[in-house]
Amino acid sequence: MGWAIALHGGAGDIPRSLPPERREPRLATLRRCLDLGTAALRAGRPALDVVELVVREMENCPHFNAGRGSVLTTDGTVEMEACVMDGNTMRCGAVSGISTVVNPVSLARLVMEKTPHIYLAFDGAEAFAREQGVETMDPSHFVTEENKERLRQAKEANRVQIDYTQQIKGQETQAPKDDNSRIGTVGCVAIDAAGNLATATSTGGLVNKMVGRIGDTPVIGAGTYANSLCAVSATGKGEAIIRHTVARDVAAVMEHGGLSLQEAAARVVAGVPPGNVGLVAVSAAGEVSMVHNTTGMFRACAAEGGHSEVGIWHDDANGHC
Amino acid sequence: MARWAIAIHGGAGVDPSLPEHRQEEARRVLARCLQVGVDALRGGARALDVVEAVVRELETDPFFNSGRGSALTRQGTVEMEASIMDGRGRRCGAVSGVSTVKNPVSLARLVMDKSPHSYLAFDGAEEFARDQGLEVVDNSYFITEDNVGMLKLAKEANSILFDYRIPLAGSETCSALAGLENHNNGMVVMNGLPISVYAPETVGCAVVDSNGFCAAATSTGGLMNKMAGRIGDSPLIGSGTYACELCAVSCTGEGEAIIRSTLARDVAAVMEYRGAGLQEAVDYCVRQRLDEGFAGLIAVSRSGEVAYGFNCTGMFRGCATEDGFTEVGIWE
Repeated sequence: MGWAIALHGGAGDIPRSLPPERREPRLATLRRCLDLGTAALRAGRPALDVVELVVREMENCPHFNAGRGSVLTTDGTVEMEACVMDGNTMRCGAVSGISTVVNPVSLARLVMEKTPHIYLAFDGAEAFAREQGVETMDPSHFVTEENKERLRQAKEANRVQIDYTQQIKGQETQAPKDDNSRIGTVGCVAIDAAGNLATATSTGGLVNKMVGRIGDTPVIGAGTYANSLCAVSATGKGEAIIRHTVARDVAAVMEHGGLSLQEAAARVVAGVPPGNVGLVAVSAAGEVSMVHNTTGMFRACAAEGGHSEVGIWHDDANGHC
Repeated sequence: MARWAIAIHGGAGVDPSLPEHRQEEARRVLARCLQVGVDALRGGARALDVVEAVVRELETDPFFNSGRGSALTRQGTVEMEASIMDGRGRRCGAVSGVSTVKNPVSLARLVMDKSPHSYLAFDGAEEFARDQGLEVVDNSYFITEDNVGMLKLAKEANSILFDYRIPLAGSETCSALAGLENHNNGMVVMNGLPISVYAPETVGCAVVDSNGFCAAATSTGGLMNKMAGRIGDSPLIGSGTYACELCAVSCTGEGEAIIRSTLARDVAAVMEYRGAGLQEAVDYCVRQRLDEGFAGLIAVSRSGEVAYGFNCTGMFRGCATEDGFTEVGIWE
């Protein structure tokens, strides 16, 4: 059986016309993160350490919607959230409203390990970060030109969006101003050599979101979940993922319905309105699943003794290792 | 025509030595709030409206840990949270870090009905409340003398029982601590606090109306002496609150344990995927899914049943069904 890992850099309406200069840096980061995660698993690192280090890498990459490169609120600020969960102990940690912490996923882990709580947010979370001495930067560090542009376009279109490149109704002939992808979140799931499962998710949220808006990422059972059966990290429209308790349902369907990971993930994703969700998951049996009902999902996976793959669209690969 | 049913709670984890006059007061408040719901349902009101109205009553009364009478943060302030879910379509709304809104459950409803989001917190939630013209008051309105006293005791207790700054060997999660019985001469401990100081976290209501639609809502001030910014299970859909076509659930108890077990969703999942009945699902989840955690929950099904369960020392509760059954209780 052995180890397995899957990661995502966001699901959404990623157009096939995405130019190489938009596509390649993200694919390169996915490959690099896959290699990092794989090397750590081969070296016997526990799953929780692996998912944290992979997500940290993706947070540091400005091309993904997490950490630096997070999308902006309607006020032009960054409010990040993250979550980790350890499948075998069911311990978890989450943070929201983070504006200065370089790696929110690590802060989430500290909430889990160093407090009697599971979830800290906004000022309280920032204060905790300072007590713990984690690396912080001025909020401007996280803001990229790309995202300022995204926000400007979203405001013009006057809608909250995950993908501002979606054609506005009635204007089908208008070419998208910037055919960049829907950026939805980053996440990683893994099972280590000892059979432990873990998941981690991190995000900047929705472009032009209301200040204080919390999505699915830090809501255990919605965007993030792990138990002794499987570990799941979801991405897409937070409101839909919360209502459908996506991550939790994958595990529930496996448990109560006796389905395989692939079947359970496919079923849960199919139950969410199209264009809203993608997820990566691994199971205790070493299965890997990467499924989405959006046009695409930046993703990668690898399994011990199996092959590895990196992809974006449905026909890029099998969606499992 | 479906049969209506309603269940309410004022929190699980009750001090076994709660003075009789306080128990009487609790029963009175529960009975009054239950009646608000029953009257509305008899009048044909919708489940979503009923749960909001009933939870507003529970928030306004200072007896329970929500709205006025909320437990205090370590700074002595109040930070409230709430969520509401409409089983019809599974729409939901939630808020956290609310400090001036008189009825957080109504703010949660507005998030669901009037914003493009499902969950707003802290400054953003407060700003939205003002945009929506909700009634706001000074934070001091929510603070009661009782709770100021409790906070002092909780701080003393926490410094003995649990200092999160000191790394503990082994599992230092609150649920593991709660399982220990040999602290302080066998005193019951919940969420790291002795039961005499622990403020049962949360109030809630679950309803099925005469059209067979279910809804649930939960509201709280949270854990006494909590860190500022701490979010518990009450605003988390699937943990403290859940409603779907089959049922509606509201949970209370150790927030961290409820989150870990996604308790509210689990009750519905067991019914949905295993075909279990309501009471069976409730019992199973309370007995098998909480591990070392202490919690309770109330639930209703679309066929007009009510059920509740708890694995700790008591849960303030009330329930009523269309056929005239009505009950208010605290203990087993």
